[in-house]
Amino acid sequence: MTRISLTVDGAQVSDDVEPRMLLVQYLRERLGKTGTVIGCDTSNCGACTVHLDGTSVKSCNVLAVQADGGEVTTIEGLAQDGQLHPVQEAFRECHGLQCGFCTPGMIMQSVDLLNTNPNPSEEEIRLGLEGNLCRCTGYHNIVRAVQHAAGQGAGVTS
Amino acid sequence: MTATQERPADEVEREIGRDRRRKEDQRLITGRTRWTDNLQLPGMLHLAMVRSPFAHARITSVDTSAAKQATNVVAVLTGADLAETAGACINAWAITTDQVTPAHPPMPADRVTFAGEIVAVVAARSAAEARDAAELVEVEYDELPAALDLKEAAAATSEQGVLAHPDLGTNKSALWRFDSAEAGTGGNVDEAIEKARTDGIVIEREYRQQRLIPAFMEPRSVVVDPTGEQITMWSATQIPHILRFALAATTGVPESKIRVIAPDVGGGFGGKLQQTPEEMITFAVARRLGKPVKYTETRSESLMSGHHGRDQWQKLTLAATKDGTVTGLKVDLLADLGSYVAIVGGGVPVLGAFMFNAIYKFPAYQFNCQTVLTNKTWTDAYRGAGRPEATYAIERLMNELAAEVGMDPLEVREKNWIRHDEFPFTTVAGLEYDSGNYEAATAKAKEIFGYDELRAEQRRRRESGDPVQLGIGVSTFTEMCGLAPSRVLGQLNYGAGGWEHASVRMLATGKVEVVTGASAHGQGHETAFSQIVADRLGVPFEDVEILHGDTQISHKGLDTYGSRSLVVGGEAIVKAADKVIEKAKPLAAHLLEASVDDLEFSGGRFTVRGTDQGMAITELATAVFAAHNLPDGMEPTLDSEATYDPVNFNFPHGTHLCAMEVDTETGALKMRKYVCVDDIGNIINPLIVSGQVHGGLVQGIAQALWEEAVYDESGTLVSGSFVDYLLPTAADTISFEIDHTTSPATTNTLGTKGVGEAGTIASTPAVVNAVVDAVRHLGVTDIQMPCTPERVWKAINGPGAGGATEGAAAPHFDASTGMEGTVDRTTGGTDA
Repeated sequence: MTRISLTVDGAQVSDDVEPRMLLVQYLRERLGKTGTVIGCDTSNCGACTVHLDGTSVKSCNVLAVQADGGEVTTIEGLAQDGQLHPVQEAFRECHGLQCGFCTPGMIMQSVDLLNTNPNPSEEEIRLGLEGNLCRCTGYHNIVRAVQHAAGQGAGVTS
Repeated sequence: MTATQERPADEVEREIGRDRRRKEDQRLITGRTRWTDNLQLPGMLHLAMVRSPFAHARITSVDTSAAKQATNVVAVLTGADLAETAGACINAWAITTDQVTPAHPPMPADRVTFAGEIVAVVAARSAAEARDAAELVEVEYDELPAALDLKEAAAATSEQGVLAHPDLGTNKSALWRFDSAEAGTGGNVDEAIEKARTDGIVIEREYRQQRLIPAFMEPRSVVVDPTGEQITMWSATQIPHILRFALAATTGVPESKIRVIAPDVGGGFGGKLQQTPEEMITFAVARRLGKPVKYTETRSESLMSGHHGRDQWQKLTLAATKDGTVTGLKVDLLADLGSYVAIVGGGVPVLGAFMFNAIYKFPAYQFNCQTVLTNKTWTDAYRGAGRPEATYAIERLMNELAAEVGMDPLEVREKNWIRHDEFPFTTVAGLEYDSGNYEAATAKAKEIFGYDELRAEQRRRRESGDPVQLGIGVSTFTEMCGLAPSRVLGQLNYGAGGWEHASVRMLATGKVEVVTGASAHGQGHETAFSQIVADRLGVPFEDVEILHGDTQISHKGLDTYGSRSLVVGGEAIVKAADKVIEKAKPLAAHLLEASVDDLEFSGGRFTVRGTDQGMAITELATAVFAAHNLPDGMEPTLDSEATYDPVNFNFPHGTHLCAMEVDTETGALKMRKYVCVDDIGNIINPLIVSGQVHGGLVQGIAQALWEEAVYDESGTLVSGSFVDYLLPTAADTISFEIDHTTSPATTNTLGTKGVGEAGTIASTPAVVNAVVDAVRHLGVTDIQMPCTPERVWKAINGPGAGGATEGAAAPHFDASTGMEGTVDRTTGGTDA
């Protein structure tokens, strides 16, 4: 067991974890942050995407111990003071989700995309989301959602 | 009233037809979700499965001793341990009375029949410890020859070849036939083909429907809590009601002692329309240990053991006159069931049997389907279930016919399709199409697409010998959905009905609860059903709560598949709501001191005709709650329920057009444009419809271009992870242009038709037709799916150049004796 201390969605947490424990397992099983989900075991689907120190990571591809001392934001910490993040709003507005399983990862990745490129072209959005799989939407309305969020200045405000 | 006059106020406020944002989304975009795997119960144990690495093997021993010693392991159980309690996986649809159906124990004790079948289960205090211990279970196998190739399996006998289940003496499960001459719905197809051979056109092709994996994003998960008065199962399933029935029917636990909950379910596409071994094993282990138990599969387990879809060989003979009028169609299918007949596995190709004639007026039709057992993962419904296969075949054939007679593919279709003034139309397959307008959808699609301009560009590229050629793909599909009239299902020997149940509860505070037997997993039922009820009862959209997915709340239902939720489940809700109004009417008359005959109901209010007297239905709900002043003999409730059995299927249709650039030097494909105009009748929520269409399109396009479940020669699934099973990403796809025409369904109150599967059914042939169209002038007539760059390049440059499937439809098997002697290893197309 290894002791880790980190910030998750603004709260200080500290736990003893097995060195092999993945960050996503830590979030789900130890912190009850079940908003972040596991969709595959090969880091292809991106459903588990969270932000670690301000950058998107697939939390199935990060060990919990690697997050020691870090700052993690999950889908559950994205809304501030009861206000949805503009990207969350945009996914609802543009019907960018159906079953919603890929949505936490898709939103976290979209936020990261807009943080680095506040005004992406459609092609840049599609390439930027390439690591996140969705089986329901055909991506069409996800792309619209990111465009919509960009139009609302989501990349600038975050 | 002039055309420019505004609509009446009550129409403006109608919910139906509005782009309502979904009620479901707030939770989903903030991570406050209730996936099955999120559940943690006190003292809960976690399961890990030990799975067979072999496609076919005898289990000679299972040594669990080391695993039992592992840290925090509570139990390790084998097939022998669970033989008496795990029940069985049922086949609910024996398509013929003599169907050969292997017994399907959830965990076999003696023999495994596909790679991935479960042979032991470990229960431990954590999932990680369970998986660690599963590695310690020592299973010894005696490997047996495996039946893997569909055609070889179909031809095998006890004497020759390999049997998936040697004890059954055959791999042939059932032969299902339809002949229009015998059914009295059309002529004799063999005569039509014979005549066409002398003075017409005969097109013979063999097409491959590759094996696909539904690949819902949420891996399946199941939790069973046996500690209460009832045994509660949470499962990531599309079918909580059917699952509860199957649990009771096969384990002996009374149905009344089982509660099944489908909480948030992350996609299904048919893939969660199953009673799975994992559910049965988890149920049995929880009962045995008396503790809550959870099993969540890994993605690899999901891909190898969750049921697959498609997997057919299709031999097709189309007869036509020289002017392109079709005179007959004969279809001979081989369908791979995998090693078991899944819950509706054998029935999937039968659903396609009624759709090969599609939107056309064929005078003669015959369909023969042999279902075949192999040592591969079982197959069952995957988005479209039978109809994509049929649509692919006929829409590919119509293009071949067009090429043969030198006509535009849309012209040859128009020559054969049912005209809008010919509805209702009884087809050669015996279905009655109630409504449609293929002319209108096609005209609109052509205009949006810029059909003539793109054809002109295609000509220019051909003439200039451009290395990048342009193909235009056409698909004018229809499908049958809204499963299904119970009487028809009975005639097809299906084990259940096709009705749906709903209840509407009028709460004392004016809110409305609606319980539906449909079970959503991403469709947006809560939003669309709320819109329907808001309009019907004249209550605010926000005041309607839709309850579903829990057999204790929704005690009766047949769940969600076959694009049935709106057209069957929605209609049940309409009928229940109408009963509420009927029940409220005498009370309104009583309280308003008026005659029932003088009452009108509109906008949520009963009013006395010719006066300003009125009462809201929500006020009546309060009055009935108090029950102080009711008409004599009135039961103090407005709550109502309805069970609706559809009178017919419904038949969405549409015209899909795809423009594809094909690099003839590399085989690379680039989709330029995709336009579809779907006619799904009246639309409840256009936003939700657009999502269904987009997602459906990409799943169909993915069959055409990317996806295939591939087994190696030993029967191992080599596309067993998302590294190898190629789901499209945002970067692989384009934005679509979708639109609609409207021919309301005539068989339900709302005039709606299903939309869940339409995109998938239509798009696959549109895409392959586009690819072939781009290179037809180079001698290519077929490219096997998925149309990878390698296959496209080989089709252009390889020997035979794609002509290998021509003539491959002969000889047909003799339907009266089965498939003997007709093994044809031609793989079709150019897949060397």
